Amino acid sequence: MNATQASAPLGGSAPNAVGSVGVAYLLHLADNAVVLGQRNAEWCGHGPILEEDIALANVSLDHIGQARLLYQLAAARMGGGASEDSLAYFRDETAFRNYTLLELPHHGPLVGYAASDRDYAVTIVRNFFYGALMVLVWDALTRSADADLAAIAAKSLKEARYHLHHAADWVVRLGDGTDESHARAQAAVDHLFRYTEEFWLPSPAETEAVASGAGVDVASLRAAWDALVDETLAEATLRRPAVRGYVPEGKLGRHSEHLGYLLGEMQGLARAHPGATW
Amino acid sequence: MNTPALKEWPLWEVFVRSKQGLEHKHCGSLHAADAAQALHMARDVYTRRQEGVSIWVVPSAAITASNPDDKGELFDPAADKIYRHPTFYAIPDEVGHM
Amino acid sequence: MYTQAMDIPDVAAKPAGVSRTPDAQDAAFEARIDTDGRIEPQDWMPEAYRKTLVRQISQHAHSEIVGMLPEGNWISRAPSLKRKAILIAKVQDEGGHGLYLYSAAETLGTSRDQMLDALHSGKAKYSSIFNYPTLSWADVGVIGWLVDGAAIMNQIPLCRCSYGPYARAMVRVCKEESFHQRQGYEALLVMMKGSDAQKAMVQDAVNRWWWKCLAMFGPPDADSPNSAQGLRWGIKRIGNDELRQKFVDATVPQAEVLGVTLPDPDLKWNEARQHHDYGQIDWAEFWATVEGDGPCNRERLATRVKAHRDGQWVRDAALAHARKQQQRKNKEAA
Repeated sequence: MNATQASAPLGGSAPNAVGSVGVAYLLHLADNAVVLGQRNAEWCGHGPILEEDIALANVSLDHIGQARLLYQLAAARMGGGASEDSLAYFRDETAFRNYTLLELPHHGPLVGYAASDRDYAVTIVRNFFYGALMVLVWDALTRSADADLAAIAAKSLKEARYHLHHAADWVVRLGDGTDESHARAQAAVDHLFRYTEEFWLPSPAETEAVASGAGVDVASLRAAWDALVDETLAEATLRRPAVRGYVPEGKLGRHSEHLGYLLGEMQGLARAHPGATW
Repeated sequence: MNTPALKEWPLWEVFVRSKQGLEHKHCGSLHAADAAQALHMARDVYTRRQEGVSIWVVPSAAITASNPDDKGELFDPAADKIYRHPTFYAIPDEVGHM
Repeated sequence: MYTQAMDIPDVAAKPAGVSRTPDAQDAAFEARIDTDGRIEPQDWMPEAYRKTLVRQISQHAHSEIVGMLPEGNWISRAPSLKRKAILIAKVQDEGGHGLYLYSAAETLGTSRDQMLDALHSGKAKYSSIFNYPTLSWADVGVIGWLVDGAAIMNQIPLCRCSYGPYARAMVRVCKEESFHQRQGYEALLVMMKGSDAQKAMVQDAVNRWWWKCLAMFGPPDADSPNSAQGLRWGIKRIGNDELRQKFVDATVPQAEVLGVTLPDPDLKWNEARQHHDYGQIDWAEFWATVEGDGPCNRERLATRVKAHRDGQWVRDAALAHARKQQQRKNKEAA
């Protein structure tokens, strides 16, 4: 990676002036959206109150919508018969480039085949960490040299602001609510925070995207993300944990034990009818 | 920590003025714990997040109504809450659960 | 449970505004009904009318909420992103309909918690169609086509219901519901043009759901105790048998276009009546399911009870936070 590009997220002069972002980068963004869309939809019919059921379904729908636009764009550029569904349903775990944070089930740390009740605190804190990032990412991508991606970013930014607002408000309600909600919220923060470390280490796809002027150097967003997160955690009377050791590698295609189960459920029916139209 | 005196999220009435509209119209109600949440929910449910709409949310208990049929006759505004519902009356904290 | 006494005016007994003799109130109410006028929340109404409406509207709301479960069952496994998005949107709409209806019911002096207690304790009913399992992806399309189709037939007349808030909620609901039916039908159309496996999936779903949907309209008018009063009060506008006949007549040509066989050997056009004749509905099975012994009754209820219980800490947290904020505001103002 070029040192000068670290401070100019969308800068750098690329050999081809019409900066077109690589498919790998689009898939990273799309995989994030489809995996989180899948997780949030799991609350449908089970939410803590009807109003939240509707709110989360809304958030999930937005993510699926973003995934569709991004997969469609990637497929168009790949050609060779690729489609939004071939990308979402017929790639294996190792091909998925989503953040590990997003594939985790809605409960505290447990192995892939353990079962537990869903914890709304985990859902909310995860949505908050990711939402705080994506508001910054989509905002930067509205200035992408890739016009198609910039258009998707403009639409997604509005949605991301809405998602962040919803999640941040709830982080505060839970953190500064009852003793029980505070304990659950703190446990969720303690569990999930280290998964955000992955945000700041560029993947080859991101590096290539930044070089072409079409992507964003996420490391440059860290200070703003930290500020937003710290402000909300403080208002929520929650502590930010110290993080060390293992950094997840979901966007490099090395996932947790959970993605296999998630994709098995998501893809199984489609894969049972290869070539079918729905 | 003390448990909340109200067990249920209060009811809010929702009024929406559409983009081309001249005034706010009553759409219905929803439950929310606070005004920010009521607004957010109202946007989700009653406007499907259309842009350029204006939303008012008002605690149902704050509304006083008159019976439109009783024009010309005396009516008692003190009795006229919009819904005949006991939970619209706030219970002092000291009372706790009821 | 519910708050009693304190310094709350005895609003239940005292009609809003005017003191009229009971006969005068009754006469005014009846006159309004007779001229197809609307009754609004603050108008005087007979207690039986209020009770009937609370029961009907809240059970309608419960149906929307419980109805999210059999369809929600397939969100995570939808075989394309487009279908996944359509299904999430549909289930979200149903949640929204539940919200409009709980809202309408609350205008009659009940509360969300009271209504949910009635549902969770088994006292309140919901549409029994949701006591059957969704066993394949095709069930989702069939529910859109047949179950929503039947629901629309029931619901359109309710847009002219005598009780204002219910009628207005139904107008909103109907607008969205017709979209759902079209989407379900379209999904089936695509499958019926697809592989043999897809066609078999659709036919199997139709075989399981057809008779249950016919029963959705309720028992024959002769056997329906509540119908007569509902009709009198402008709550129910059209009888069960008439609605069921309309549904059959509308659906047969749709089935022909799809290329599915409706599982009724007695189904045939009657030239003299200008309607389709159809076979015998298994009312014993219908009643057994309505009474609680269908395939999924216990599961549906237990799932709703669990969601409510598990969510208590979340609801409590939001209230606690709101109270803290209020106290802080009061301190600042002081």
